[in-house]
Amino acid sequence: MDDRDLQYQKYKAILENYLEEQSEQTLYKGQQFSRKMIEQKISPEEAVSLHVSVLEELFPDIPEPLKNSYDFLLEMMIGYGFAYREHQSLRSRQQQLESEIEIAANMQQTLLAGDKPEVPNLDIGAISKPAQKMSGDYYHFVQDENDCVSVAIADVIGKGIPAALCMSMIKYTMDSAPEQRMQPGAVLENLNRVVEQNVDPNMFITMFYGLYDPRVHSFYYAGAGHEPGFFYDAEKDEFEELFTKGLVLGVSKKTSYQEYQRVLNGNDMVIMLSDGVTECRSTNGFIERDEIVALIRKYIHLSAQEIVEEVYRELERLQEFELRDDFTLVILRREV
Amino acid sequence: MNLQIKQEDHENTHHLHIGGEIDAYTAPQLREALLPLTGKEGHETLVHLGDVNYMDSTGLGVFVGALKSSKEHGSSLKLTGMTSRVQRLFEITGLDEVIDIEDVKGGSK
Repeated sequence: MDDRDLQYQKYKAILENYLEEQSEQTLYKGQQFSRKMIEQKISPEEAVSLHVSVLEELFPDIPEPLKNSYDFLLEMMIGYGFAYREHQSLRSRQQQLESEIEIAANMQQTLLAGDKPEVPNLDIGAISKPAQKMSGDYYHFVQDENDCVSVAIADVIGKGIPAALCMSMIKYTMDSAPEQRMQPGAVLENLNRVVEQNVDPNMFITMFYGLYDPRVHSFYYAGAGHEPGFFYDAEKDEFEELFTKGLVLGVSKKTSYQEYQRVLNGNDMVIMLSDGVTECRSTNGFIERDEIVALIRKYIHLSAQEIVEEVYRELERLQEFELRDDFTLVILRREV
Repeated sequence: MNLQIKQEDHENTHHLHIGGEIDAYTAPQLREALLPLTGKEGHETLVHLGDVNYMDSTGLGVFVGALKSSKEHGSSLKLTGMTSRVQRLFEITGLDEVIDIEDVKGGSK
């Protein structure tokens, strides 16, 4: 007896049983049987056809109109059958896509692995956490032979895969123009040209780019519409906004970016963040920039890496451990 | 978390009154309402943002897209009545320099 016969016999037994006495127990058996049929990928029209053939065997004298009505029902079920098969194939495609996203997320991790450089007398802390599998935030350090460290922080609007692909574009553009690294304004202008030509009209990128030259203890920076960071003046024990004026990348072809400079004295800090940091919402509303400053101040006695980790932990708690946006925080501190 | 859009048309001038939250979930709804208007040559679209209490960068993206579309099709786009919180987003991103924003006092920048 093959599967089909077995199925036929089993269905026949259950149906006969039910026709004899309409018990809950038999109904339950029917439910279990239908679950098995779904597992075996039996389509709706096949199920109806099974029912009809069993019925014909049990009642050979079934009236002609009733018989015809089953043919009609069978025809009706074919549409459901299509929908069912489509559902099946979508499910397997979804599984395939999910595993591809998993692979892409791993590749992104490798690609963007933010190795923090080791620079004498510079304490660096950096953290970046995606809200979903793929992050739209990006940070990247480059250290040159003079121990100059450049740091880029970018936030691609839109999340997920398009944002992640966009970031690879930024990374390769930056890697391909090493001679520009010392001029933050020029770096952004160059990136803007590339991004403007290559992104979807609804997309743009905000970016902050800075370069620390330890020989003169100076930080040179420029911003393209990015959430302003902070400068911590250790002597005055004060935080100020690290303001930059500049249009986001990808909106207008001809855009120029103003360059700024700050001298870092001992223990001064430059704090850079993504707008996920100041746009996150706690249950009581928005987390304000002042609160971020207060959190940094609370942990200011720790190392830069410990500060960014503690700030992240507290914000995560405030948001009940559910990030709405990607989160990136980078701190540079000149050690005495 | 939702978005309300009310549209009023007076010949070639369209008013969109937006309320609620503009984020990744509601942005497509706004885009669908806005882009057909900016795609009409010679038409003027005014977007009233007074009742928007939250907007994230995805929302800004919709306006960037609308700006590009209005330039491409020769229509005009103006945003008006935004709260200071929303206005701050446009300022930080530098978009206030490229998008026509009417401030609360009534004058256009």
